[in-house]
Formats: sequence, structure tokens, C-alpha cells
Amino acid sequence: MSTRLSLDPISDLRELFAFPFMVNALEAGTIVAVLAAVVGWYMVLRRQTFAGHTLSVMAFPGAAGAALVGLPTGLGYYVACGGAALFMRRARGSARRSYGTETATIATVQVVGLAAGYLFLSLGNAVLGGTETLLFGTFLGVSRTQVLALLIVAAVAVTLVAVSARPLLLETIDPEAARARGLPVAILDTGFLLVLAAAVAATSQITGALLVFALLVAPAAAAQQLTMRPGIGLVLSVVFALLIVWLGLGIAYFSIYPVGFYVTSIAFALFLAARLVRSIRTRRRAR
Amino acid sequence: MIEPALEETTNPVIELDSATVRLGGRGIFSDVNLTVGPGLLVAVLGPNGAGKTTLMRVILGLVRPEAGTVAVLGRPPAQARPAIGYLPQRRGFDSSTRIRGIDLVRLGLDGARWGVPISITSNARRRRRIETHRIEEVIELVGARAYAHRAIGELSGGEQQRLLIAQALVRKPRLLILDEPLDSLDLPNQAAVTALLRRICTTQNVTVLLVAHDVNPLLGYLDQVIYMAGGRAMSGPVERVINSSTLSELYGAPIEVLRTTDGRVVVVGQPEAPHVHGHRHELVS
Repeated sequence: MSTRLSLDPISDLRELFAFPFMVNALEAGTIVAVLAAVVGWYMVLRRQTFAGHTLSVMAFPGAAGAALVGLPTGLGYYVACGGAALFMRRARGSARRSYGTETATIATVQVVGLAAGYLFLSLGNAVLGGTETLLFGTFLGVSRTQVLALLIVAAVAVTLVAVSARPLLLETIDPEAARARGLPVAILDTGFLLVLAAAVAATSQITGALLVFALLVAPAAAAQQLTMRPGIGLVLSVVFALLIVWLGLGIAYFSIYPVGFYVTSIAFALFLAARLVRSIRTRRRAR
Repeated sequence: MIEPALEETTNPVIELDSATVRLGGRGIFSDVNLTVGPGLLVAVLGPNGAGKTTLMRVILGLVRPEAGTVAVLGRPPAQARPAIGYLPQRRGFDSSTRIRGIDLVRLGLDGARWGVPISITSNARRRRRIETHRIEEVIELVGARAYAHRAIGELSGGEQQRLLIAQALVRKPRLLILDEPLDSLDLPNQAAVTALLRRICTTQNVTVLLVAHDVNPLLGYLDQVIYMAGGRAMSGPVERVINSSTLSELYGAPIEVLRTTDGRVVVVGQPEAPHVHGHRHELVS
């Protein structure tokens, strides 16, 4: 960005909102922050972080493949992430989340995805410009249509999670008890992976395939360091994610470095701070 | 709001009448007759593969008998489901699980409830207050108040087991079914959990049915045992079932039941079912 900080916060803020691309970025960032924080909170609690990471990597072959066959990139994201989610669920079968076999399957999916993405990229070299954008995002190049599409996906995903909040929590912590209570455990499990895939696909269009993680994991992990209460934890996760996006965008506007760098750095700093607070608290309690 | 699901009676809680169960073409047990009364502590014993877990699943209405009838609280098992608390075989919580014990107990009440969990209307808030009161009551009952606000993953196996029992009890079931609740607990915790279950039976008038590997930690607490072997089941007071002649008849092979000087029971000569883990020294299994 070419602008300089003027030390007058009001005029700085006014300047931020003067440009449509900045307004779009802030709106998209806000939507993505809420979506990623809510879905991420369950993901971290369910220990499906690795699955989430693999889904975000799938955005790469998805976008490259879509560009190769001439489909919209956004569609590629959703198809690749959704497909990978279903494949991972199937490969696990009915067996419960046992980490040994599950991580091996997920890692395989990840490697295949990366290889396919690389292949698509070299096949369609002329078509897809900007691998860097694919990996590290286009925060400042979001269109109105993209904002609208994001809003719809986020509204559906967050509503689904909100309505099944308690059954999903029970299924997460204690799948056996959930089954005994007559909850549709398999549907909850598959459904959550699909919501996670949608969240990743939506988020990575803004943050890029590699930086999804900053919003999906860091706010949720930080919140879970600070509180064990589900309700407060979810709210805290959303607050952290909003803080990360808004601060990241704001600082990046007045700086020469990319948004992704700030978003990730703030996310990491927040997580560190939360860990620190928790270890201080634990030590104080032990005394 | 959290009323017992069915009114109390002196009628049998569990009744099996010549029940026969086959799973995947394999006969699990046949012609089993059983009656379990209210407020009793009952253990289901028998070798591996004798159908103990299947019997639980029949009572829970998850498996239907091929022949004969099953009634729980005087109705088909699936209909009695709201009045049954069930504790599946012990599952440890990962040490990093960041959920408090009290939240785990609350999930026993509302874990199967769909909808956005925000109480806005005064009715919803009143309901939440009543539920919170019930949760505190049941945590007090199992003696878990000191650690109910700590992360479940940080607690010992015995502490986790008490909270899981609280979770199963929070909806005031008339029948509490536990699959191997003493498994993987150390001896003092086995004794403590058994005493707790006995207290629950007596004070809450709940029938407790538990699957056990070893009868010894339960001796002195049990009202009734159901011994399963050879596709059949015998039921009655401990002394009437766990003796040489009854078990020999059940197994169809000579069995000797010995009593040690400290009152423990050892069953000798039982033909083991296949796939038995040899590393474990079992007294009665």
C-alpha cells in the first residue's frame, strides 16, 4: 500500500473505508473469521486439525484443476475439499477416530492432492496465473460476488453447527454415549467433515490455501487454552478471529508487506499469549 | 421437568421370557428366562463370548430377540429407552480434552437436544436453572464435587468413572446399565465405585445392571447375578448360582468353585471361549 499512517485514528479509519476493495476485504474477512472460528472450535476439540489442514491443501489441486478444465476456481475449491472430506470419511469407515490409521489415510490424501495440484499446474501453465495467490491468498482482490457467495456459505455452515451444537459436542467428546442416546453419529461425523470442507474452501479463497490455518486453528486453540466452557470458548474464538482479521487488514493497508503475513503473525502471537496465560494460571493454582 | 420417566412400581424392571438371540447366523443364547426386580444391584458374569454385551444390547432395545419376549419396565425395550441410563464400556478421555466434568454431566441431560443452545425466554431460563440444580445434585451424589470443574482429561480413571455415572444418572433413569464399569480401575477405585453403585440402588431406587469380569470386587454388594455360559443363562443370588453344581450344569462340564479363606471366589475348570487373552489372571470370568 502506498498510504501512510497519519497518527489520527479517525482519519486513518475513514481512509480505510474509502476504497471499495478495502470494504470488500473487510466484509469478506469478517464473514470468514466468524465461519472459521466456529467450525475451527469444533475441529480443534475433535482433534481433526490434521484433516482440516489436508482439506486446505486440497484447495490447491481444486483451483488448479478447475483452471485446467475451464471451470470457475471457486467451484474447484468446493469440489476438491468436499470430495477429499468424503474420501477421508469413507477410508476411515465405521472405525472410531483412532489416530494411527486415520492420520496415515489423511497424509496419503494430502500427498495425492499436492501431486495432482502440481500436475494440473504444469499442464495448464498458461491458464492459471499466480500460484502465489493460490497459496497465500488475495485478501485485497475480493469481488462483490465473492463476498455474497461467502456470506451464503457461511450462513448455512454456521446455522448447521448452531442447530446441532449440543449433539455435535456430545458426539465429539463421547461418541459411544452419543450412539447410546440414539444420535445419528455417522451423519454428525460426515456432516461435520463436509461443513469443515465448505469452511476451508470458502476461507482459502480469501486467505489462500496455506493461510486458512491461521483462522481455523489459532483462534480456536487460543480460546481453548483460556476457557473450558463451550459457550464462552466459542464466543472467544470468534472474537479472536475478528481481531486477527481486522488488525491484519488494517496494518497491511498502511504497510508494504502482504496481508497474509500480518494475519498469520497476529494469530500466532495470540496463541502464544493464550498459552502463556494458561501456564501462569496453572502454576498459580498449583501453588 | 426432570421427572422419573416412568412411575415407580414393584413390577419387574427386566423380564426375559424364553428369549433366543442370533447375530449374523450365530446363536448367542437361547431360551433365556430372567426377572430383575426394582432397586437391585445385579451383575452379569460369564466367559468372553458368552453374550453378556449382547444381553445388554437386547435390554437396551438395540438387538431384537429371534424368539421369546423382552420387557423393560413392562414395555418393549425401545419404548423404555428414556428410563434407561447406559454407560458403555469404559473409554478414557484424552489427557488434553479441554472440557469440564460438569459439562460432561450436562451433556447427559441435553446432549441429544437439537437447536441453538441459547436460553432467551424466561421459560428456557427457568428450565436451565432446574437443570443446573439437578446437575449439582447428581455430582454431589457420586461425590465428584471437588473435581467437577476440572478438565475431564486431567482426572484419574476413578474420577472420570464417577462423572460418567453422574452423566448416566442425571436424567433420573429407573434402570442403569453399565458395561464393565470396573475394568481398568485399580482395586481401591473398584471398591469405591462398587460401593457408590450400591448406594445409588438403595437411595435412588434405581436398578443397576452391570457386566463384570470378576465377581470378587462385587461380593457382598450384589443382590443377584446372571451367569451366562454355553448359550444359556442362570440367574439368582450369588451363592445359588456361583457354586460347583450350578456352574457344572451350565457349562455342561465339571466345574469347581473354591472359596479362599478371605472369602474370594475362584472358578476352576471352566472351558475357555476362543480369543481369550491369556495375559490376564482372572478369578471368576
